[in-house]
Amino acid sequence: MLRFVVRRLLQLIPTLLGLSVLLFIWLNRLPGGPASAILGEKATEAEVARINRALGLDQPVYVQYGRFIKRLIEGDLGTSTQTGQPVMDEFLLRFPATVELSLMAIVLAVAVGVPLGYFAAKRRGGWLDVAAVSSSLIGICIPVFFLAFMLRTVFSVNLGWFPSYGRLTTGINATEVTGLAVLDGLLTGEFDATWDALSHLILPAIALASIPVAVIVRMTRASVLEVLGEDYVRTAESKGLRKGVVRTRHVLRNALLPVITSVGLLTGSLLSGAVLTESVFTFGGIGSFIRTAIDGRDYPVLVGFIMFIAMAYVLINLLVDLAYSLIDPRVRVH
Amino acid sequence: MSTKTDKIDRLAELTAQQESSSGASLWREALKRLRASKMALVGAWIIAVFLLLAIIGPWVAPYAPGQQWRGEVFVNRAEFVGARAENWFGLDHLGRDIFSRMLVGARQTLLLGVVSTLIGLSVGALIGSFSGACATLGGRVGQRIDSVVMRCIDIMLALPSLLLAVSVAAVLGQSMTTVMIAIGVVQIPVFARLLRGAMLVQGGSDYVLAAHSLGIRKRRIVLTQIMPNSLSPVIVQATLSLATAIIEAAALSFLGLGNPDSAKNPEWGVMLTQAQNYADSAPMMAVYPALAIIITALGFTLLGEAMREALDPKLRG
Amino acid sequence: MRIFKSRVTRAITVAAATALIVTGCSSERDTTEGKGKDGAKDTFVFGGAGDPGSLDPALASDGETFRVTRQAFEALLEHEPGGSELVGGLAEKWDSNDEGTVWTFNLRKGVKFHDGEAFNAEAVCANYDHWFNWTGTYQSSAVSYYWQTIMGGFAKNEDKDAPKANYKSCTAKDENTAVIEVNKASANLPGGFSLQALAIHSPKALKAYEKEEASAKGDAITYPKYSQQAGTVAGTGPYKITKWNKGNKEVQLERFDDYWGKKAGVKNLVFRTIDTEEGRRSALQAGDIDGYDLVSPADVKTLEKAGFQVPTREVFNIFYLGFSQEKNKALQNKDVRAAIAHAIDKDNLVKTQLPEGGVAATQFIPDTVEGYSDKVEKYDYDPAKAKSLLKKAGEEKLKVEFCYPTEVSRPYMPSPGDLFELMKSDLEKIGITVTPKPAKWAPDYIDATEAGGCELHLLGWTGDFNDAYNFIGTWFAEYDKQWGFKDKKVFEAMEEASKEVDHAKRVKLYERANEVVMDYLPGVPVSSSPPAIAFAKDVNPPLVSPLTQENFAEVTFK
Repeated sequence: MLRFVVRRLLQLIPTLLGLSVLLFIWLNRLPGGPASAILGEKATEAEVARINRALGLDQPVYVQYGRFIKRLIEGDLGTSTQTGQPVMDEFLLRFPATVELSLMAIVLAVAVGVPLGYFAAKRRGGWLDVAAVSSSLIGICIPVFFLAFMLRTVFSVNLGWFPSYGRLTTGINATEVTGLAVLDGLLTGEFDATWDALSHLILPAIALASIPVAVIVRMTRASVLEVLGEDYVRTAESKGLRKGVVRTRHVLRNALLPVITSVGLLTGSLLSGAVLTESVFTFGGIGSFIRTAIDGRDYPVLVGFIMFIAMAYVLINLLVDLAYSLIDPRVRVH
Repeated sequence: MSTKTDKIDRLAELTAQQESSSGASLWREALKRLRASKMALVGAWIIAVFLLLAIIGPWVAPYAPGQQWRGEVFVNRAEFVGARAENWFGLDHLGRDIFSRMLVGARQTLLLGVVSTLIGLSVGALIGSFSGACATLGGRVGQRIDSVVMRCIDIMLALPSLLLAVSVAAVLGQSMTTVMIAIGVVQIPVFARLLRGAMLVQGGSDYVLAAHSLGIRKRRIVLTQIMPNSLSPVIVQATLSLATAIIEAAALSFLGLGNPDSAKNPEWGVMLTQAQNYADSAPMMAVYPALAIIITALGFTLLGEAMREALDPKLRG
Repeated sequence: MRIFKSRVTRAITVAAATALIVTGCSSERDTTEGKGKDGAKDTFVFGGAGDPGSLDPALASDGETFRVTRQAFEALLEHEPGGSELVGGLAEKWDSNDEGTVWTFNLRKGVKFHDGEAFNAEAVCANYDHWFNWTGTYQSSAVSYYWQTIMGGFAKNEDKDAPKANYKSCTAKDENTAVIEVNKASANLPGGFSLQALAIHSPKALKAYEKEEASAKGDAITYPKYSQQAGTVAGTGPYKITKWNKGNKEVQLERFDDYWGKKAGVKNLVFRTIDTEEGRRSALQAGDIDGYDLVSPADVKTLEKAGFQVPTREVFNIFYLGFSQEKNKALQNKDVRAAIAHAIDKDNLVKTQLPEGGVAATQFIPDTVEGYSDKVEKYDYDPAKAKSLLKKAGEEKLKVEFCYPTEVSRPYMPSPGDLFELMKSDLEKIGITVTPKPAKWAPDYIDATEAGGCELHLLGWTGDFNDAYNFIGTWFAEYDKQWGFKDKKVFEAMEEASKEVDHAKRVKLYERANEVVMDYLPGVPVSSSPPAIAFAKDVNPPLVSPLTQENFAEVTFK
């Protein structure tokens, strides 16, 4: 087991190195540099050239790459050209918002999706099934940014139930512990901050959850259907086991396996959605930051971000494999 | 993401099961099931209407999409001309007939969906079948290549697709082609994984083993048996991808990367994005393209899902 | 596996439901609470369009940063509230010698910095010398753009391409008299002394700034730490900066009780970033903010109807259609340029696309800037004439590439894409074939236009201070790739005006320069339009400024 983990972690190194080379070549193809993003219409050719020179962007790719690797070994991801601050600081500042938003979306998606999918499967063809399946299909088909936009118009502008943007109301200065505003409030006992953060979270989280919910409903439904048809369930039922026991011990437990795996690995699509929802709700997370980084040719931020995603991907996969082997004894890791 | 991969792999497995038993009859049965499915029926109808509009739309549109009514619009920068006899859906923020633009937009949207799906499909198929072929034919080295390729594909799947598309657009500059390529690129890993999976599963199936034992060369088996038989999951996935493409196109234009020549070639995503700026004074301007996008995407999703269910015996219940 | 018991599922559902209910309640409570306290509402929240880059205005060149720092820092000279005339700021009076090289400032007495230091001539000189002696990263034009524009380079230029220093010295003649000397007269003075980038900091703060390493790494522009958090920076303004919460995208300021002038009307001032136009509008409508800038023209009427206040600024910018003559040789023919000028329906653009207060332009400066001439050639909307001019030039089948920026809204052009569509249809009406070339504002669009890569392009300028050279000087003083023309008459007229030290004479020369420029017609000035700004119903808004230099200390609640 330990050897397996170590080996997988070691595999990470060549993967990341290879990825970073590809990235540098790719980024080098992007036209223009960060200079004109900084200066706007004040830019002149000479000044742009000066800034690019100062940033070392006039040098060949391999020199830039060498510098990147050297810095990386020193534990430095470089400096964002948009904000003039270390990339690491920027990530630490912005990741909590996105993590919080994504977690909230996942919680919503599971809380709504699993029961819905389960009951839809139990009463296959019933009105609940039809409603669950069709609404989940429609959920996938609504552009996320439009949904976010509608939610804001209805619930914050017209009804005034929720704030229309941001993470916290001004004046509520929560003490930072984890960076997750909701959790911080709970930990420090500043419940005001928790409520405030939650009320800011709810609309973006609903928008962001629209796709995961749909995925989870259909996933749960499909796997419950599959399990219901398995022999052991029939056996259990014919043995006269109480329905509740069969349902929980046999059906749900087995049906939820694939669902749980998928929930852990929704990162990619969640981040895509986060780019859109964050920019509608000015949520100040990593999604909108990366978007402006692409527009502003903020190379250090882009490289750092992709590396991070790749690393997270490998690590999450590793965790999932481990979790699988714990839950399902038939799966062994070597 | 793994929901994606799981689904993709599942699709791949299914065909193998079918082909290996008694090919043609199962296909026919699947078609029969498909015809009985309400989902498929609704989906097919939506798609039929959409296709009709996409084909005849530009010809029946009452006005040119770029024609501007000057003078009578925008009286106070916020007073829009709503629905009226000569403009069924009213005029947009530049005094153009929304109804005509919707009609012309149908073709653009279809074009965008089809081309980008084709890009994703063809490149993905190439990579996937290469990788799959390496794995089945190439021995140890082949398997190595396969695992490297697949790891890259998996990381591509893990990346937020929108960011991938945005960075493609940044390199290529802004045009309709860029939008198509950007969305196509996002689909590549999906199709690559799908085809590779199908090939691997079939590589182990009985009829391939049988063919092999008859002395038919491996390469021939891949070309004549495995590839054609991997087609049905590809068709299902392509149908679903069309829906994704239409939605992603809308998201891209929201991020400011939509079709630049939106006067002559309006596209629903761009129309929706532009309309959001005027949502306060002319909400209907946003409602038309939004509904069009949702309904069309729904049509493709319904048909795709119905096809998947028809193919998957376990979901039949 | 116990965790899969349905009890858990139920628990999760219940928890989520509770969360939903609780947040529902809490948000309602929030609003009632907010209103309950309103009797003594002491926080004014303003929505900006972008995060500030730093809290040290000397390191900035963007309006979002200046909007924030302007409340906390003051320069030697200021603009009159609501106008563009220069008036005394930290200097009560100012004067120069006849050559325009020695500037004497009589400083205001009894002024205190936020950190308790006293303001005097020594402090002024400490600032100018601090900037002049910048090294390393600070010499990058990304950091010290305005210093370099106004005062040239540094004591020791580290980059051979940096401009030559024009700043010579600053002497504290006595406690309240500072004398700043420059090497040669410049059209940027005295206007430059009013720039927020040259606002005066406390000497104690400057010492703290200098302790920070000027970024050791050669390949990155890192803003110093002191400029990224409240605490060190200290000016003399009516507000002091107390906190910059980057995660929540807000800067908090508090009334400075020892301010020399009228104390601020509201105790707490907060600037929050909301990137999109609809986002800011929704926030105001939802009551989450008390005002915002850069209102979409389309929203002005709806906001007014709903009772919000949308005061109109005076215009101080110019929006133009530029020609790059080297990219398309046909544009080298004056008749072709004139045909395009006659083809553009400026009034329609102004009426349908620009905010209240916008006007069609006749020359490359707005009429609020001194040097505006009534005698320039006007190219009125006349498609028939445009067609005949094209025919005369033998360019009836003219094809042009037309660049426009996407994903951007500048104060002078609220929605470039729409402006482009209208102009395109104008040009098509006279038979020109237009190929659209959209590009991201930065870097693609900026890079392309400045390198002369766009045959037709849309750009503009917002004035920094009231001097025509700040507009036309940046474009027509010499050969510039963006325009791609060499015209002796234009360049000479510009040079003559910029050299003149006497104010009245210079204004006359600017008028002539504008006439020469419009006679040559390097591009088509389209419009001047004020960016709209909106406030909630219960606010007494500050006097709006053509230079977008609102002083939020004037704000009170009704």
